[in-house]
Amino acid sequence: MHDHNNDGIDRRGFLKCMAWAGTGALCVMEGGILKSYSLSRPGEIGARETAGELSFVQISDSHMGFNKPANPDVAGTLKAAVEKINGLSKAPEFMLHTGDISHLSKPEEFDTVDQILKSASAKDVFFVPGEHDVLNDDGKSYQERYGKNAKGAGWYSFDKKGVHFIGLVNVMNLKAGGLGTLGHEQLEWIEDDVQHLKHSTPIVVFAHIPLWSVYPEWGWGTDDSAQALAYLKKFGSVTVLNGHIHQIMQKVEGNVTFHTAASTAFPQPQPGKADSPGPMKVPAEQLKSVLGITDVNYVQGRNALAVVDSTLA
Amino acid sequence: MIRKTVWIVGLLTTVMVAALLLSAASPGSSARAPQPTSAEVKVDNFSFGPASLTVAVGTTVTWTNRDDIPHTVVSADKVFKSKVLDTDEKFSFTFDKAGTYPYFCSIHPKMTGSVVVQ
Repeated sequence: MHDHNNDGIDRRGFLKCMAWAGTGALCVMEGGILKSYSLSRPGEIGARETAGELSFVQISDSHMGFNKPANPDVAGTLKAAVEKINGLSKAPEFMLHTGDISHLSKPEEFDTVDQILKSASAKDVFFVPGEHDVLNDDGKSYQERYGKNAKGAGWYSFDKKGVHFIGLVNVMNLKAGGLGTLGHEQLEWIEDDVQHLKHSTPIVVFAHIPLWSVYPEWGWGTDDSAQALAYLKKFGSVTVLNGHIHQIMQKVEGNVTFHTAASTAFPQPQPGKADSPGPMKVPAEQLKSVLGITDVNYVQGRNALAVVDSTLA
Repeated sequence: MIRKTVWIVGLLTTVMVAALLLSAASPGSSARAPQPTSAEVKVDNFSFGPASLTVAVGTTVTWTNRDDIPHTVVSADKVFKSKVLDTDEKFSFTFDKAGTYPYFCSIHPKMTGSVVVQ
């Protein structure tokens, strides 16, 4: 785990997120929307948003059941997220939910989310759990609902149009003072899972807690993520999608693009900008501008996937 | 007249009994000073306050979650474990043995604290 101060993140200007021209991605804030493009073929930027052969959407941190002032209507904002998805120019093939589906792991909270997501244009949803989804029973009820065909605590992989997707669980068996944890069993499974894939296979890894060291002081990182990423070194294109921190952040490191999605429920402060990472209250009329969805497009033959964040405003 | 005397005697008796009770309860007259039997820890802003608490054997410690986000109170040595505590929910545990009890929030493991029982 490296020191977050040396990982290229400017803590004072996270969301300004200008450009990593030398590392292969361009990331621009436009009217509160962060857009990220590969610079490998800059002439095609613009067309990329709609030209993908595979288009999917990431949503995260619905926190169904949360009812505090930061957002007393998380069902309403999740519905707004679904409307946003349904309004995309190209209907996504499926959705990824990167955890904290519920706030308190209650069956009725999961029920509500499942019901709302049914009205999305994309019918399939692939979930990974957040710590709020596995609160009282070591994740048993989460697994019964979402992880029937998964391994271990709910990890799995699948292929879509030549892209290999890996859903990971880093919210179980957390140790005092530590960060997110994948654990030995899951790490071995990852090594085995990617062993026979061609190096040219694009990889998308999705998990709740960031797999890079965003801000360890607030637990925003995963203790053994370096080992998981080591198994993915041989691949030309790796996209890591996370949630948990309720804000958009991106980092490119070699062949790996790390990205965190906005929440559909409430924002959290920028690292170190508040006493704690608790829910951030914004004026009601601004709430939807700090919530959002993430649209991801893959075009065969290109290195990086195009990741486009849209707010709910 | 008779009624009044009876009333005064009754009052005196009450005062004497009260004085006896008070002297029995005063620190000087008892062999052991009374120990507090309860203590509070507030869970606020993703931290335990106080993070380190020292109590006497037999003390019941009560944690109250004051955050907008749920937390847990889990002994690192598996001595005690709360269910998930939503806002304003409480968890209590009585410490019957001396020792140091480190604990953390299993949802946000960066949150740590300890209870020293002596």
